[in-house]
Amino acid sequence: MITRAASELRNDDTVLVGVGVPNLACNLAKRTHAPDLEMVYESGTIDSEPDSLPLSIGDPVLASGARSIVPMYEGFSSYLQAGRIDVGFLSGAQIDRRGNINSTVIGDYDDPTVRLPGSGGACEIASNSHRTLVVVPQTKRRFPAEVDFVTSPGYVGGREGRAEKNLRGGPEAVITDKAVMRFDEAGELYVESIHPGLTKDAVQTATGWELRFSDDLSETPAPDPEEIRLIREELDPEGVYVEQQD
Amino acid sequence: MTEQTTLESAIDAAVEDGQSLYLAGFSHLIPFASGHEIIRQGYTDLELVRATPDLIYDRMIAAGCASKATFSWAGNPGVGCLRAFRRAVEEGVPNPLEIEEYTHFGMVARLKAGAQKLPFVPLRTFAGSDLPEYNDKIRTVADPFSDDGENEGEDVHVVPPLEPDTAVVRAQRADADGNAQLWGIVGETVDAALAAETVVLSVEQVVDESVIRSDPNRTMIPGTAVDYVVEIPYGSHPSYVQGYYDRDNPSYVEWDEVSETHESTLDWLDEWVYEVTDHREYLEKLDAERLLDLQPQPDYAEPIDMGDYS
Repeated sequence: MITRAASELRNDDTVLVGVGVPNLACNLAKRTHAPDLEMVYESGTIDSEPDSLPLSIGDPVLASGARSIVPMYEGFSSYLQAGRIDVGFLSGAQIDRRGNINSTVIGDYDDPTVRLPGSGGACEIASNSHRTLVVVPQTKRRFPAEVDFVTSPGYVGGREGRAEKNLRGGPEAVITDKAVMRFDEAGELYVESIHPGLTKDAVQTATGWELRFSDDLSETPAPDPEEIRLIREELDPEGVYVEQQD
Repeated sequence: MTEQTTLESAIDAAVEDGQSLYLAGFSHLIPFASGHEIIRQGYTDLELVRATPDLIYDRMIAAGCASKATFSWAGNPGVGCLRAFRRAVEEGVPNPLEIEEYTHFGMVARLKAGAQKLPFVPLRTFAGSDLPEYNDKIRTVADPFSDDGENEGEDVHVVPPLEPDTAVVRAQRADADGNAQLWGIVGETVDAALAAETVVLSVEQVVDESVIRSDPNRTMIPGTAVDYVVEIPYGSHPSYVQGYYDRDNPSYVEWDEVSETHESTLDWLDEWVYEVTDHREYLEKLDAERLLDLQPQPDYAEPIDMGDYS
């Protein structure tokens, strides 16, 4: 997931980073093919260059040595809303076939089975970034046909529906521990590639609707040994985030 | 007039049962000592407002201080969920907790409206999300300039002003009049101070006015907005203060276990809040070694030249 997410980033991107996998992916991209990648955090730090792995998006290592730090309102309005963020990373408890993401409740809003943390900045990242990348482990429960609650809009009502709502961009790829998926012309998920060693069945079983597989379905390229070394030895030497994915 | 006083008397004067209360801070500069003092003084029926309610609101909820939470992300940053918050929402323990929910942008836009005394602030978020369906303070207005030919009559989401009865905000330093300088992640601290009716400013250091005047661009909270100034070193522990001390991460991880049941949470509150008289006693109990370990190496910014034009 980390290396695939990193490969989606371009050298001239300004990316709104989250902690965990997105942070590792962005730092990996910066050390490999995208040295000029600009990392912005929801907490308002612009072009952070953290010396060590931040514990949260408000960590002091993101502030020390940043190019600028702006108050939250300015970060969300003058940067994100104004279109200065190319790529946003999202995750959540559920994602559906249209790329809508739920990080609010499982079950009924007024009588929830599980109360999740809520949107934070996820809704505005999904609404205002030029592209969003979704990184999430794939299980049937996490991939229902429709999410219980739309916290962050994907292609609500298809690509046209999204455009009618004046939402910018939209999800570009969904990267899971099993596959890389993209969105077709109607704004619905399809599988582009399956990770090495896994089958179509394994991906379908972990999905709550009948998945479409690309006519050019391929195997996801295996991570480069140098990328694995960077992650294990330099970016996450204590295995804090790599462990969490298992 | 700003009054420099003790934390106990500032909280006693500024906080009342039933108020809306904003303890500001985005991971950084969180007023933990003030939150503990509010718990000790036994307030109830508070509306706890904040973009990122974290451990301190979890403690206040478990202590029975709150009847409502207004927020945008309720979690233990970098660790997981807020267990006491979830118990209150899911099971009504220790009492039911009403919630009013926004996104981060929605919350800080509400503060911006409050700070500017505007009836609402427009923002491009919420379209396509289910949030407006469950919060009737998130509404839309038609673009009032849509008839001048250039705009297409777009509806835009708006949120109303948020003007908390009391805000408690923290900064690195201030003078005795409450002119406060802060650096590092600013979050929503300044807007919370400007939006609230009454403001308690808690700082690491009260400094001479000349220190503040030497670097005016860094003064983000004006003393005119501040009612009470209190000097509380380490007043944000276990959160952090840029340049002073780091986040005490084991405390955040421990809270996940401590708060596993309501009973174990109350035991912790007994030991660390009710049975200590003030923040100084809390720090002594915590042990100086632990605090010293959190201190970063100095890393000074380049001095700037304001110029002497006399």
